[in-house]
Amino acid sequence: MADIKKIATRDSFGNGLVELGNERDDFIVLDADLAAATKTGIFKKAFPERHYDCGIAEQNMVSIAAGIAATGKRVVCSTFAMFAAGRAYEQVRNSIGYPHLPVIIGATHAGISVGEDGATHQCCEDLALMRTIPGMTVINPADDTEAKAALRAAFDHDGPVYIRFGRLAVPVIFDEDYKFEIGKGVELRDGSDVTVIATGLMVAEALEAYELLKAEGISARIINMPTIKPIDKDIIVKAAKETGAIVTAEEHTVIGGLYGAVSEVVVAEAPAIVVPVAVNDVYGHSGPAPVLLDEFGLRAKDIVAAAKAAIAKK
Amino acid sequence: MMKIDEKLALQKTATKVRMGVIEGVFNAKSGHPGGSLSSADILTYLYFKQMNIDPENPKAANRDRLVLSKGHAAPVLYSVLANRGYFDVEMLKTLRHVDSILQGHPDMKKIPGVDMSSGSLGQGISAAVGMALSAKHFGDDYKVYTILGDGEIEEGQVWEAAMFASHKKLNNLTVIVDNNNLQIDGSIDEVNSPYPIDEKFKAFGFEVAVINGNDLDEIDAAMQKVGTYEKPYAIIANTVKGKGVSFMENQVGWHGSAPNEEQYKAAMAELESALAAL
Repeated sequence: MADIKKIATRDSFGNGLVELGNERDDFIVLDADLAAATKTGIFKKAFPERHYDCGIAEQNMVSIAAGIAATGKRVVCSTFAMFAAGRAYEQVRNSIGYPHLPVIIGATHAGISVGEDGATHQCCEDLALMRTIPGMTVINPADDTEAKAALRAAFDHDGPVYIRFGRLAVPVIFDEDYKFEIGKGVELRDGSDVTVIATGLMVAEALEAYELLKAEGISARIINMPTIKPIDKDIIVKAAKETGAIVTAEEHTVIGGLYGAVSEVVVAEAPAIVVPVAVNDVYGHSGPAPVLLDEFGLRAKDIVAAAKAAIAKK
Repeated sequence: MMKIDEKLALQKTATKVRMGVIEGVFNAKSGHPGGSLSSADILTYLYFKQMNIDPENPKAANRDRLVLSKGHAAPVLYSVLANRGYFDVEMLKTLRHVDSILQGHPDMKKIPGVDMSSGSLGQGISAAVGMALSAKHFGDDYKVYTILGDGEIEEGQVWEAAMFASHKKLNNLTVIVDNNNLQIDGSIDEVNSPYPIDEKFKAFGFEVAVINGNDLDEIDAAMQKVGTYEKPYAIIANTVKGKGVSFMENQVGWHGSAPNEEQYKAAMAELESALAAL
């Protein structure tokens, strides 16, 4: 296992922008004084004349992006998740969401895996915030391959897209043949006792949990759910009916993110036990990302415990 | 200077535009007449003389754009658009009605001629900056106008946008501040004074003109300068809130309330006689 390649999805974002920049010149990239951190700086280096730094003014950047899109051009704007989804929430809602403008919001440094910067920068609320905006597509890629594929798909989508990227290097799970489709979950392992629906960096943890559960004789279905909105109802209903117990796994508050989205489908369509693995309505704090993921219960062993709890309640 | 007949035609149009504002707000039984009437002359000038637009082709790629950043003045934007031929003037009577396209604040998805949805103060100017940046980047030569309220410039985002517009030398952008001196809670210098407005825009790197925004000759003179500067351009338009309806003038109570039947008739009669006198 030592040879597993790891890449932070913020790097995938920067590299993906360059790939798209090589193919098309009909888009602008905006940043808010974080180009080196969000990795739009990689694009800036390749295409300096197509990258605009808005300075430390995220609300203005988001509304500028809306104005660019209103002229019929494509635009990507990027800052940390805390400032894109949090500080500029109302600009996203009213300037981008309400007119349904095709702006791509590349939000990096999401979740507690931001690490040492601590709670003020560890945004665990963005999926919930963005999910409440009508017409908004919300994507949380699991690895390098999926992050680049999601970015590409966003360029072909006629409407606003929020994509969440991470700072921490995470295992590359998918090969180049992986097919990403907005709104589609992907079954990675079949199983019959319980279903683990994971998103973002928790997908790698879920695959590890599959092996741990298997060793204990528990058959777990593993579903990767990159699109939080629109959520893939069919794959959730099928899992609920066939396994009767679901665990959701996300690096996000337990309120309103993947757990909320999956539960909303389950209670309406196919009642089943749903147990969350998530940040439990608390702020993070400074520390190395791996230590924080341990502390906040976002590991394979936590998914295993949740799976057993879910099965026990069936 | 404009020719006398041209000015007269604009004055007549501005008066009809004001009648459309009263018609809309009366039938809506709500809305914002005060700031609509104060900016009626500016918007009339822009849509009937200044801007490169075509009501038959409201989405033309190279059209000039206008963002009504003070989106609550929607009644005057709709009246101007209707009088200019984007849609039937009769439709103004459906303002804010449940089955109407004429939303309480401008909606670019529903209303022909509206270039940007707006209403949440401070955001429109940023969108206008984005349009101006897009034009520069992609080599388009259209111009972008945005109208802000004087109370609106208390929003911090306005100054983020101004800083960026100046930094990027967006001389295809014209910012117009409708300085009628009144906001909901009182006069702007009592609530949270943004004065001196002209000095602030100068400090942010704008070319600045201060005019009487209810005087078509002064509007005309200021608009002649659009596109002649290296910097973005701010026109501080001193106006009278409620202009043209005497009992609404300089009365903060008319910021966001509709006339009753009696007031409606009085307002329309005053505007009718003003039109007849022109």
